[in-house]
Amino acid sequence: MSSPVLAEICELNFAYDKRPVLQGINMVFPKGKLIAIMGLSGCGKTTLLRHIGGALKPTKGCVKVDGQVVHDLDQDGLYAMRRKMGMLFQFGALFTDMSVYDNVAFQMREHTDLPEEIIHDLVLMKLHAVGLRGTHSLMPSELSGGMARRVALARTVALDPMLIMYDEPFAGLDPISLTVVGDLIRRLNDALGATSIIVTHDIQESLKIVDYVYFMANGVIEAEGTPDEIRASDKEFVHQFVHGEMDGPVPFHYPGGDYRHDLNLKD
Amino acid sequence: MPAVRAFKGIGHRVINAVWRIGVASRFFLLILTHSGSGFRRFHLIIKELFSTGVMSLIIIIVAGLFVGMVLGLQGYETLKRYGSESALGSMVALSLVRELGPVVAALLFASRAGSAMTAEIGLMRATEQISAMEMMAVNPIARIVAPRFWAGVISMPLLAAMFSAVGVFGGYLVGVVQIGVDEGSFWSQMQAAVDFREDILNGVLKSFVFGIVVTVIALFEGYDAPPTAEGVSGATTRTVVTSSLAILMLDFVLTAIMFRGN
Repeated sequence: MSSPVLAEICELNFAYDKRPVLQGINMVFPKGKLIAIMGLSGCGKTTLLRHIGGALKPTKGCVKVDGQVVHDLDQDGLYAMRRKMGMLFQFGALFTDMSVYDNVAFQMREHTDLPEEIIHDLVLMKLHAVGLRGTHSLMPSELSGGMARRVALARTVALDPMLIMYDEPFAGLDPISLTVVGDLIRRLNDALGATSIIVTHDIQESLKIVDYVYFMANGVIEAEGTPDEIRASDKEFVHQFVHGEMDGPVPFHYPGGDYRHDLNLKD
Repeated sequence: MPAVRAFKGIGHRVINAVWRIGVASRFFLLILTHSGSGFRRFHLIIKELFSTGVMSLIIIIVAGLFVGMVLGLQGYETLKRYGSESALGSMVALSLVRELGPVVAALLFASRAGSAMTAEIGLMRATEQISAMEMMAVNPIARIVAPRFWAGVISMPLLAAMFSAVGVFGGYLVGVVQIGVDEGSFWSQMQAAVDFREDILNGVLKSFVFGIVVTVIALFEGYDAPPTAEGVSGATTRTVVTSSLAILMLDFVLTAIMFRGN
């Protein structure tokens, strides 16, 4: 990963109340690359993404995007930074009171003075890029889960962001939609010359499209590497995760008391 | 010690309630500070005026008509005992303009529009629409909350006025058309008894205050709702209960200030 760095995380620590969620995280996100952050549910992936977007402040350490420390920015500075970012939420988070067209046009109308004719052409081009130009007059409730995710993707890249974040983009998608969304993420990243961060636990789809992977567990980075290095890794945690094994460093059973005692069995 | 536990429980609830009032007040100030950009998007206020105001018209008109008809009946029965049936018009109008119009319209507004606002904003939070807006560098207080606030504040006095007008017509239907009270005395007594500043403006002022309180409670509960099904349903319930109690308590305070000694 020798490209110039767009975003980096240094010694990031974060705790909810006194419960540590992230501990000593270091990551770099070079320009033009597609990087996955993987791990089990609840390991702190989304919390990490929220730090990059400036929604949370670290307990210790720093998050830099485009040379600026995100959590040191004031409200105006943060909003200026966010205009250069895009984020795709887990289930799309489309505005349900607006049509597909208005959803994609939303940021253009809010942040630019473009005339409506140009917005019209741009919206249709964005929708065409995700294969859904024909849905522009539909409401979000009329779309399938996969289509909603693609419309949300068109909205995310509406202003050609330099950094695109994806929070579980593959969750709940059928196999065809999953491949389509994965392919779109890669193609849009390359077409826009953007940098993308995907938070996911869909290992097989992610390894097909990303350039680099960070593996997280219990708030720390357990492993990192290119997809080939991850596939060949002999670390127990990575092996269990990649092959979806039931037991390993991540136990099948949630910690509990003595089984015999819980069933009231006599010795 | 159960007594100590109960005492601690009461203390905890009081502290929590005071804390929530503080947070809601700060939320209200935030709405006011972001109202400028809300007014720049005036089309959004118009859209919300339709869903909060226009869509509440049916319930307001039907309720106003029946309340006015009941006032006509009950008022006639009471006034008849003193031989003052001709004062029916002034009694119906004063009851509606001073009290029932602002209060009942606000209670209906809280149940119909307030609960809808809470549920809508609560669901927007639960489905990450508010987070998405923040990530798009658009302030949700300015874009979502402020237009709804001003729509609520503008529609409430208009709905209360509509309620009172239809109520007077209901009183007329029962008192004059059905029972046979003299039409001339019904309207002339009403005209003589109702003072524009003392009665109508005070009634409008009441409904304006109720509009602010109900809308702020509804918006705050929605914005603050935990992003779960239980969270949104609990917030919707709290909106109706808290708004209703606030309306009735404030009504007493405002009535005491406006009409004491008159």
